[in-house]
Amino acid sequence: MRWFKTRLSLVFLWLLLAVSVAYAGPTGEITVSAALSLKGPFEDIGKVMEKRGVRVIFNFGASGMLQKQIEGGAPVDVFAAASLKEMDELLKKGLIKEKTKFNFAGNSIVLVSSLKSGLRVKSFSDLTMGEIKRIAIGNPATVPAGKYSEEVLRHFGVWDAIKNKLVFAENVKQVMDYVVREEVEAGMLFQTDALARKDDVKILIEAPQDSHKPVVYAIAAISGTKNEQAAKEFISLVMSEEGRGILQRYGFRLLKEMKHDRQR
Amino acid sequence: MENSILFSLRLSLQVAAVSTVFIVLVGIITAYVLARKDFRGKEVVDMLLTLPMVLPPTVTGFYLIMLLGRNGLLGRPFYELTGLSIMFTWYAAVIASFVVALPLMIKTSRAAMESVDKNFINASYTLGRSELETALKVILPLSKKGIIAGAVLSFARAMGEFGATLMLAGNLPGKTDTMPIAIYSTASSGEWSKANVMVILFTMLSGLFLYLSNKLGKRLI
Repeated sequence: MRWFKTRLSLVFLWLLLAVSVAYAGPTGEITVSAALSLKGPFEDIGKVMEKRGVRVIFNFGASGMLQKQIEGGAPVDVFAAASLKEMDELLKKGLIKEKTKFNFAGNSIVLVSSLKSGLRVKSFSDLTMGEIKRIAIGNPATVPAGKYSEEVLRHFGVWDAIKNKLVFAENVKQVMDYVVREEVEAGMLFQTDALARKDDVKILIEAPQDSHKPVVYAIAAISGTKNEQAAKEFISLVMSEEGRGILQRYGFRLLKEMKHDRQR
Repeated sequence: MENSILFSLRLSLQVAAVSTVFIVLVGIITAYVLARKDFRGKEVVDMLLTLPMVLPPTVTGFYLIMLLGRNGLLGRPFYELTGLSIMFTWYAAVIASFVVALPLMIKTSRAAMESVDKNFINASYTLGRSELETALKVILPLSKKGIIAGAVLSFARAMGEFGATLMLAGNLPGKTDTMPIAIYSTASSGEWSKANVMVILFTMLSGLFLYLSNKLGKRLI
């Protein structure tokens, strides 16, 4: 019986393969505007799309800037933002197709130090100890990672105690620079940014998800897309097992309620 | 990896060269009009053309999107007429560099033209030369220094243009990522070794350009 079952599943596999080969799928070229933090995984996903016959041209930048470009009529087919705010604003203006909009990944906030540092920190309340003189975070007013960092520090009740130690940076890259050059003892940024430079920094603590507002990445097709089929194909690939695997490899969190057909 | 760096390097030179050609043509004519003619609103025109030098480049880029985007003031009729959009092309990078670097050309050339000795110009006219001849044979040669300096400055500014270009031309690897944009993009996504190579290459290239233009400028003057 077991022999029969494996046989059957093999036949199924072949059938699936035959169908997927016979199905030509979309072709052509699409432009994807994506948050800069998605550069690594999206370039990998773009290579998979290329194998399927669709050339993907990327436009990486800050989500807010990409939003302005789309509002100005930039020839974009798919938009992937690092927060829901930009997506919702475009949705209100009717510039994205609501049915193609999905939340596809999350991120965490981590506390890092230089790899060379011998700092021992077990919890966020340890940040009050005298050894730690300066802590770099993004400016909460302008940098999303900084805003989440402030939420974490407030959640653990240490914000007021360590306020004098905080150094505000104007972007995540600057936080990273301060940490690597050991201008500060520790810094707070996204897990994906920390993993991208794991030869230079080490992660001391990952902030629990309930200590800050959820970090959610969203994707959608643009209303004016000329190649809707390919745009949808790209979005399904991001949402697929393969796409999720790639995202996970770069340190992105998968969302629990994430399911492709959720809004259909 | 090497290929993408070479592409960005070539694109930067191409964008800077093409925009400088237009800057020199438009800049000299504009500077001449501003220096020699009197009309209502002259200083307003000068102010508007100089504004991109003072505004943060991202603001200039934002204005350019509102003007040239597919929903823009000029971009929409252009798109309806030709079906082409300007944004996200290398022409867009040329336009951004042009707008941001043009004031440098106008300012230096206008100052040079205004300081040409009036007696030479009047002599040319009394000897029966037309305005065009006077402009080409008296005013331009006498303001050569300022014009060359303006062109060099504009080229240098166009090479380093980042903010407005990022807005209008986007950061499309292999399409619109000039050196400054490629460096920003790689550095922000953690590819430091690649960013370092590009920074060193770009610094050397810019240094070489400034050195050569100084030498060449001296020989021409």
